Amino acid sequence: MKVSMSIELKDIPGQLVLALQPISDFGGNIRSVVHHRDKKTPSGRIPLQLVLEIEERNLSVLVDRLKERGVNVVRIGEERLMDSMVVLLIGHIVHSDIRETIDSIDSTGFAEVVELSLSMPGVDLKSSASVTISAVGTEELNDALAILEAAAEKKGIMVIASI
Amino acid sequence: MNTKQKTVRISIIGFGYVGNGVAEVIRRKREAIASKYGIDLKVVGIADLKGVIADEQGLSEEAIQALNAGKNPGDMTGLELIRDVEHEVMVETTPTNVETGEPGLTHIITALDAGRHVVTSNKGPIARDYRMLMELAAKRGRELKFEASVGGAMPIISLVQDNLAGNGVTSIKGILNGTCNYILTRMADENLPYEHVLKEAQEIGIAETDPTKDVEGVDTAVKLVILANSVFGMNAAYKDVTVKGITEITLDALKLADDAGYVIKLIGDVDSDGRLEVAPRLVPKDDPLNVCGTLNVATIKTDLAGEITVIGKGAGPIEAASAVLSDIVGLYS
Repeated sequence: MKVSMSIELKDIPGQLVLALQPISDFGGNIRSVVHHRDKKTPSGRIPLQLVLEIEERNLSVLVDRLKERGVNVVRIGEERLMDSMVVLLIGHIVHSDIRETIDSIDSTGFAEVVELSLSMPGVDLKSSASVTISAVGTEELNDALAILEAAAEKKGIMVIASI
Repeated sequence: MNTKQKTVRISIIGFGYVGNGVAEVIRRKREAIASKYGIDLKVVGIADLKGVIADEQGLSEEAIQALNAGKNPGDMTGLELIRDVEHEVMVETTPTNVETGEPGLTHIITALDAGRHVVTSNKGPIARDYRMLMELAAKRGRELKFEASVGGAMPIISLVQDNLAGNGVTSIKGILNGTCNYILTRMADENLPYEHVLKEAQEIGIAETDPTKDVEGVDTAVKLVILANSVFGMNAAYKDVTVKGITEITLDALKLADDAGYVIKLIGDVDSDGRLEVAPRLVPKDDPLNVCGTLNVATIKTDLAGEITVIGKGAGPIEAASAVLSDIVGLYS
């Protein structure tokens, strides 16, 4: 499974290796590491954002091992924006301010519009758009869809969601 | 091979495309069914606006042709035929009326009261008064079967009730209207606008002169109601379905869907939580629900068997008659 993990390291040499070593010990594959030196916690630790692939059954032992090594594990989740869906819109999309519709999703913090293709056949004709929404999880994705559907209904725009 | 034959006398009420199809398949399959199942199917009465004919020895081909030609209208009413001519199974194939269920509703009630089994392709009475009719059938010790009302030839009611018995069904979603599927398929394949394809469909008889019930999703919604009541044990009515049709679908939308790896289909969706929805939906191109032309398809999600998908012809007299015939044979095997 793909997992995102927020951990906090002591601000002393050697900590990064200390934190990453157990991941490979348990067969994990690191996909991304973001080291936030500029965002120290009040206790002086350094936040680290990890995305890794690991067998689900190895995850809890990995966390235990990290804790033994003095690494704070503050959050574990399946990877952020794990889930995405394509939605089609038909209607007077541009006139009715698509920016606002996108913002209503982006501002949730759990979902974002990551792609938009728009097709405008003529000034007075209805346009069509395909919108890709990504979210941290399936539930959030459905919440984002509900937000989009509510906004679209107000504007008389038809939403075609995936099955 | 059964040696002892049981004669099953049948009336056909409503003798349009489907009614004629039923008479045709009974004629074609009579011998095969007799030798395989030991039942001798005999059409003893036909009622239609054109007239009513009956013959307890079985109607001759000439009598049926004369009725279709508008000659020999007989002097009985359809209800008299149902009540007074002795037979075992009444086949109800009059046109659907979603609002009143009539005239099918009265035909079915009369037949059950007279002790006949009922097999119907008529969506109206089943969608509108499912519970009442099933209770009446149980009270009379008779059966009411309606496989032909949903998905035409595609077996779905009996598939769930018989073959998947014991499974909990969590959802059924699919394409239940061949006209809409034809229109959306043609639009996408030939890059032709909605109005053009609709005209074409009307010219070749796939869409009716007044296509509203099909393209606005009403027909799909009525079928969903039948599934909700018969498979999920709900007490749903047409007004409980959220319905959106295909009239707003643009070529641009189909193109954008294609670019993203999808097709647009009019999907009916019912689940055990009581959700009843008809709407155009994006279907991944590699999903089994992506069937073309006038085909119908349904994916049944179950707790034990997982997902089962059936595909078949949703319309056509012989196809609908196939479902009627399997219901009739099912009564005796």
